[in-house]
Amino acid sequence: MSILIDRDFKFIIQGITGREAVNMTRECLDYGSQVVAGVTPGRKGRDVYGVPVFDTVKQITEQMSVDGSVVTVPAAFAYDAVLEAIDAGIQLIVVVTERIPRADVAQLIELARMRGARIIGPNCLGIISPGKGKMGGIGGTAIDTKKAYASGYVGVMSRSGGMTTEICNTLTAYGLGQSTAISIGGDPIIGSTYAELLPLFEADPETKALVVYSEPGGPMDSQLAEYVKNTNSSLPIVAFMAGRFMDEMPGMRFGHAGTIVEGKRDTAIEKIRLLEEAGIKVAENISEIPNLVKSAIKANRKG
Amino acid sequence: MRFYEHEAKSLLKLHGLPVPEGKVAKTDSEVEEISREITGPVVIKSQVLSGGRMKAGGIKFADTPSEAKVAASTILGLQIRGQLPQSLLVERKIATVNEYYLGVTYDAIAKSPIILFSDMGGIDIEEVANTYPQHLARTHLSNIEPFSDYKAKEIISSLGLTGSDLMKLTSILVKLVTLFRRYDLTLAEINPLGKLSTGELVSLDCHVDMEDESTSRQLALLNELSIPATEVRQGRPATDFEVRGMEVDSIDPRGVAGRVVEFDGNIGLVIGAGGGSLTLFDAIRNHGGQAANYCEIGGNPSVRKAYELTKLILNKPGVAKIAVMMNVVSNTRVDIMARGVIKAVVDEGHDPAEKIAIFRIPGSWESEGFKILTKYGVDFVDRSVSLDEAALRAVNKVKAK
Repeated sequence: MSILIDRDFKFIIQGITGREAVNMTRECLDYGSQVVAGVTPGRKGRDVYGVPVFDTVKQITEQMSVDGSVVTVPAAFAYDAVLEAIDAGIQLIVVVTERIPRADVAQLIELARMRGARIIGPNCLGIISPGKGKMGGIGGTAIDTKKAYASGYVGVMSRSGGMTTEICNTLTAYGLGQSTAISIGGDPIIGSTYAELLPLFEADPETKALVVYSEPGGPMDSQLAEYVKNTNSSLPIVAFMAGRFMDEMPGMRFGHAGTIVEGKRDTAIEKIRLLEEAGIKVAENISEIPNLVKSAIKANRKG
Repeated sequence: MRFYEHEAKSLLKLHGLPVPEGKVAKTDSEVEEISREITGPVVIKSQVLSGGRMKAGGIKFADTPSEAKVAASTILGLQIRGQLPQSLLVERKIATVNEYYLGVTYDAIAKSPIILFSDMGGIDIEEVANTYPQHLARTHLSNIEPFSDYKAKEIISSLGLTGSDLMKLTSILVKLVTLFRRYDLTLAEINPLGKLSTGELVSLDCHVDMEDESTSRQLALLNELSIPATEVRQGRPATDFEVRGMEVDSIDPRGVAGRVVEFDGNIGLVIGAGGGSLTLFDAIRNHGGQAANYCEIGGNPSVRKAYELTKLILNKPGVAKIAVMMNVVSNTRVDIMARGVIKAVVDEGHDPAEKIAIFRIPGSWESEGFKILTKYGVDFVDRSVSLDEAALRAVNKVKAK
């Protein structure tokens, strides 16, 4: 099993004729994903590696069933593209685009909620269920993706797209495959937070443990810690907190748009405290993660 | 983008929100002159981007123009968290009978704006929330539904206010929410909002943050307030080195090679991507290394950007060696990074084998990249060596020198 995407998951790419999107299409197809169509306004009738291009999302959804969309258009057009996907009834929308103003993002998320759709991102690399499919640029080419990701029972959620691959690569090297890995996005407001995705992993019979990569800034870690405490979640979680040096540099933005220390609760040290208080193990470096995952699963079985 | 207080006040004033009579000065004589025009006691406020001005001595009161001049020359030379004032704001000193707090910001969990109102203004709002929660009211705004006066009245009256206080506060809060929305602000805060003995309200201090992502669509306002749209305003103004890093990143629109932050160590870091840079910077510090800089590379930058960024870091005074490290890359190409970095090192007259302490970028196009590195004798490692271990090796090499 996996969450969000599997072998039969069919998706489209909005902005498919862009330079990076063309590469992404190729990578997803090579990996075995079902990219069924793409959208670039004014380019109807063309194709990208055999994937037909349309002018609008509705032109596609009127003639075939679509489970999801990857939005990879320039920031100025992203608001419109996501609205279009929501309006066409698409249920899972991965927003790759960075630098979308947060007022627009917040509005899109509220609208998606009303229409029963889920947004992943913005500013993310997408989702992969290793061996089944990937939705977005996560992992890169099929060959590179297969080097870093293997199928297995560890779920991964990360604010950093690159670190999703780094962590999965480390897990794979230690013989720990992944059920689904999600690059959730580095923006201050994102469609799906750790705590919002955790129930999906909990409900997945294949996922036995979870790895979470986080950074200073924002309340998402404390939301996760609170969720785990309040629900007595039994899924073992191992976290890694990058950017501890930022605690001494308030008001400075590093890494991602959402990565800024504005008050005590944004600091790495405070987040680590909250996560540990909720029973989540926090790794000191990436290489420790596999062993922490293994022992957390063992302890969980005994408990 | 954080606004200086005087800019934030100009914004409030433009939209009919009450601010004290005042002017901006650059020198102590200007302060003396403004103080004379105001006739009466004044307050002189250091214009810096960080908080804690009062405690640091960056705000002083004066009864006469000559006192104001003396106070001004002290503040002009006073660093607050490493920043000298951009200017001084001189305002008429105002006596209040009561102080309020009004703020609008985003709640990342609710994913919508949140309004905070307190009848205990003048102190830190987190302190009010923790110590006097009964004096803090909050409400979320829909991102889709319109905001109207009744919502403002509900939150203000929830703390027991009524009569003309309620009506005046409502009018101010509605204007503040309108500003927040119209100008893509991420924070609009008036603290304190002072009540005079006449019942009038005045914004004694305020904070405004505009989203960096939105400055390009808010140029009209930024121009009107004479704020340079491209100026980077974080917890402190950017250094020359950091400004040059931004110039490198804007050479072409392909990928990212910049976001440089200056430190004073001897290990030049050519690192990426966002999360990888954070992880690596921590690792360098944990192993006792002194970084000369922070930076970010990602999203498949051009050879030229990798080249210019490397050159910038290489030429920073005090840099002994550079460490070139990233997490396993998916779209940034290892060969492009290798070419850009090596060309910069060679052009600056160094031997890549000696100057590059370690090269750890595995992933996309790695076999092509590793060939180039081998040719120049650069010490490189593949994905079997962790970020942490690569950082350790870099630190040891620089120490051994």
